[in-house]
Amino acid sequence: MTSSEGKQDGKELIAFRVGRQEFCIDVMLVREIRGWTEVTALPRVPAYVKGVMNLRGAVLPIIDLGIRLGMPGAEPTARHVIIVVQLEQRQVGILVDAVSDILTVSDTLIQPVPDVTSTLVKSFVKGLLAVEGRMVSLIEVESLLPAAELEPA
Amino acid sequence: MEDPMAAIRVTFFQECDEQLAELENGLLAMQDGTAEAETVNAVFRAVHSMKGGAGIFALDALVRFAHVFETALDKVRSGMLAASPPVVAVFLRAADLLADLVRAARDGLPADETRIAEMTQELSRAGGAGDTNEPAHAPRGEAEASEPGKPLLQIWHIRFTPHAELYAKANEAAVLLRELRQLGQARVTLDSSRLPDLPDIDPEGAYLSWEIELESARTEKEIRDIFEFVEEDCELEIITSSQGFAPGEVITGDNGFKFEFFGPPEEAADHGGEEREAETEPEQHGPAARPPSAIPDVSPPLPPPPPAAPAPSPLSAAGKSERAGVTIRVELDRVDRMVDLMGELVINEAMLTQNIVESGLAHSSKLAMTLESLETLTREIQDSVMAIRAQPVRSVFQRMPRLVREVAAMTGKQVRLVTEGEATEVDKTVIERISDPLTHMIRNAIDHGLESPEARLAAGKPPEGTVRLTALHRSGRIVLEVEDDGAGIDRARVRQKAVEKGLIDPAAQLSDEETDNLIFLPGFSTAAAVSDISGRGVGMDVVRQSVQALGGRISIASRPGRGSTFTLSLPLTLAVMDGMVVSTHGHTLIIPLSAIVETLKPRAEDVFPLDAESNLLASRGCYVPMVDTASCLGYGVSPAAPEDCVALLVEGEGGGRTVLLVDAIHGQRQVVIKSLEANYRAVPGIAAATVMGDGQVALIVDVDAAIRVAGAASASRTAAPKIMELQERAA
Amino acid sequence: MSLTVLTVDDSRAMRDMLRHSLTAAGFRVVQAEDGLHGLEVLATETPDVIVTDINMPRMDGFGFIQAVRQDEARRATPVLVLTTEVDTEKKNRARAAGATGWIVKPFDPTKLVDAIRRVAA
Repeated sequence: MTSSEGKQDGKELIAFRVGRQEFCIDVMLVREIRGWTEVTALPRVPAYVKGVMNLRGAVLPIIDLGIRLGMPGAEPTARHVIIVVQLEQRQVGILVDAVSDILTVSDTLIQPVPDVTSTLVKSFVKGLLAVEGRMVSLIEVESLLPAAELEPA
Repeated sequence: MEDPMAAIRVTFFQECDEQLAELENGLLAMQDGTAEAETVNAVFRAVHSMKGGAGIFALDALVRFAHVFETALDKVRSGMLAASPPVVAVFLRAADLLADLVRAARDGLPADETRIAEMTQELSRAGGAGDTNEPAHAPRGEAEASEPGKPLLQIWHIRFTPHAELYAKANEAAVLLRELRQLGQARVTLDSSRLPDLPDIDPEGAYLSWEIELESARTEKEIRDIFEFVEEDCELEIITSSQGFAPGEVITGDNGFKFEFFGPPEEAADHGGEEREAETEPEQHGPAARPPSAIPDVSPPLPPPPPAAPAPSPLSAAGKSERAGVTIRVELDRVDRMVDLMGELVINEAMLTQNIVESGLAHSSKLAMTLESLETLTREIQDSVMAIRAQPVRSVFQRMPRLVREVAAMTGKQVRLVTEGEATEVDKTVIERISDPLTHMIRNAIDHGLESPEARLAAGKPPEGTVRLTALHRSGRIVLEVEDDGAGIDRARVRQKAVEKGLIDPAAQLSDEETDNLIFLPGFSTAAAVSDISGRGVGMDVVRQSVQALGGRISIASRPGRGSTFTLSLPLTLAVMDGMVVSTHGHTLIIPLSAIVETLKPRAEDVFPLDAESNLLASRGCYVPMVDTASCLGYGVSPAAPEDCVALLVEGEGGGRTVLLVDAIHGQRQVVIKSLEANYRAVPGIAAATVMGDGQVALIVDVDAAIRVAGAASASRTAAPKIMELQERAA
Repeated sequence: MSLTVLTVDDSRAMRDMLRHSLTAAGFRVVQAEDGLHGLEVLATETPDVIVTDINMPRMDGFGFIQAVRQDEARRATPVLVLTTEVDTEKKNRARAAGATGWIVKPFDPTKLVDAIRRVAA
């Protein structure tokens, strides 16, 4: 964060759509954005883990954000988008419908999530943004993956 | 704790026993003509090492004879003496004498001087005896230093001009000067007249000289001793006026010095940092850069040495050494990069093959042949790359004898360790990670496996137990076995513990093998047996987990009253493996080739339903459980009918067998192992992933896990054992 | 802060002896069984002084010293050779390889400790 000290208001977020909702994450986390290609299904994994795909020789897990947030999952097509994000040492692909916007906002514009929101969403959404009349939810990317030490039920 | 010297003495004699054995084996190999250069080296080293150790305890006769023997062996080693059968025969007798001398020394008995004299003669006649007058330790400097010196003060004029090489060997002019000061009153003068102008300074050059006027009663030899180790890397003139030497007479050094190198620590510590920082700023080498107190009465204050010239001498030395010629040091990162690229090459080769097959050109002979040679080349490159990382397990095995002795001492047991297959090679990453599990297995074998000497005698066994550590390659894996000849696993107690801990149902029917393997269950620890040695917070379950994390297996086979064998099997490398590509319910999977016993098409008459969900296959006299691969792995599909499938008979590390049913087999392939954990996490039943020729990820099946799942599934429905003798049902 | 000394010797008795003498003098002692092992140890340890034997399996003292000297970071680490060898040719080889000093076994522990103290900080 030291590099952005001179420019407090310059936080860049990438916004994308899942169903009728709009979400965003810090653009600094994004490694690349690519189209959906067929994945290899993994056995004994939660439904939101669509499987794994080959990203230049590395095995990349793909998380269906919609299912992760409790929405009905859609059958992905070539028009769907995978946002590859870096989470510490790991890279993960997030399946979304489409990328919608690049936002530049200051932290002060990010509002807390109201208590009424469902607990599932609340565990992944760390703030809300009002952008030109739209509501964009800031996603806590770290919590999307299942905990590494947790065995699937 | 007992007297540490006594303990070291015990170690020394234990080591002598090992070295005597190595000596004998090596000499026997030389006698058979099967000895390699390394054998001769090892023989030499054994004697040499005994001599060194004997010196610690002032075992003079042993030191003396070992020296004579070593000198003779060194002549063979250096090619001056041929190891003809008569010569080796003399060596063998000399080895016997050495063994007797060791024994005498251990028991505090006098050495047989007559035999030493005779054997020294005999070695001499054999053409190999050394200069027996040469003292073993040749403390030349000491001998001369201790000769009655004249306690006469003299004025010594010393001129000392270091070469760049002196600094390159981490020597320090200041250190030597300080040492000189200890011999008497010294006046040190710096001569910086050769220091060139700033632009002309070679940062790695040496430009300074020192003139020292020393008032001392010491001999020239003693003064020269200080410079002994640097004598070739400096110019040294030592003149005494009171002895009547003409001023300016140069006395060049000979080599007869004993090195004693003393210097103030703070100076040596500064040395490294300064020599690099000061590259282009010689002016900064002024007094301020040094603690002025370092050499208090030096006038003018002693500047630091000029920058060192580190590179040339080690490099040129490397050229002289025969060892340096055959090996080079390479950063591990570079090798790893090559391994990565090799993986990409394998994948690309697979893609190319697939594309050609799809284009329908595969059978055009020229292309097929080119492709085939590409495949061969790829495989060869890969083997070569992997060989770079391969190391013998010796480095790990070498740590075990000591461990055995320690554990034996702690438990009061008598243990003999036998190792086999130390030269077995395995990937570096694997080597690094087998040490801990192996250590634990050996501890466990001594602590829990072997009985006390009394109990062994009562059972009609020799009081000394044997632990055998073996490494071998088996079907593309490295297998490490730790075998003891102890009492074997007390199955009744293991079972009782497992029931008490709630790990198994009291009614469960377990085979002997299943009972033995209960010790690997998490939470199983025979509390009564937890001791200092085995109970250090690590259970066999942890060992198993760490082994499984490496793609390895561990199992135990026990014979009551006769001992247990732990078998640890690991992949040779963590980078590639041979696999069978199969498809099942639309999923492409890789089955490790090493696990596949055979592939077959099940005939309806060989399939026996066990219950509504499971079937057994009659195969070579046994009934083997059959599982639908995809459904067994948990893909949530309903199992296909066995008759519609292809069957792979697979065997796990514990010897358990299962038939994996798949829709089709697509052939063998070498696959590059990609971790699932790197970006995701471990998935039960899946060992790893790989990238196929079409760029898709395929999963590599963990066969042992699949067998366990299959076994657990059938065990949960029925108490029937997994494998039944066909005879029982044939009636 | 105690000094760390790496001792490289294939003889257990010698290693034990060195450990005993050097730890009694307040040094931290790390040990290796031969030159290669010594290099492995150096991957994780930064000793202030290295004391090495010459005759060892796998990689002898000459090879070890050369390898140490070729490592930029170890160029200035004092390396003392502790050996029963008295051969001038061997001594010269050690010198050429980049050794800092040469001590003949059997060693006097206090002298060795003294030597180590003085070449290191």
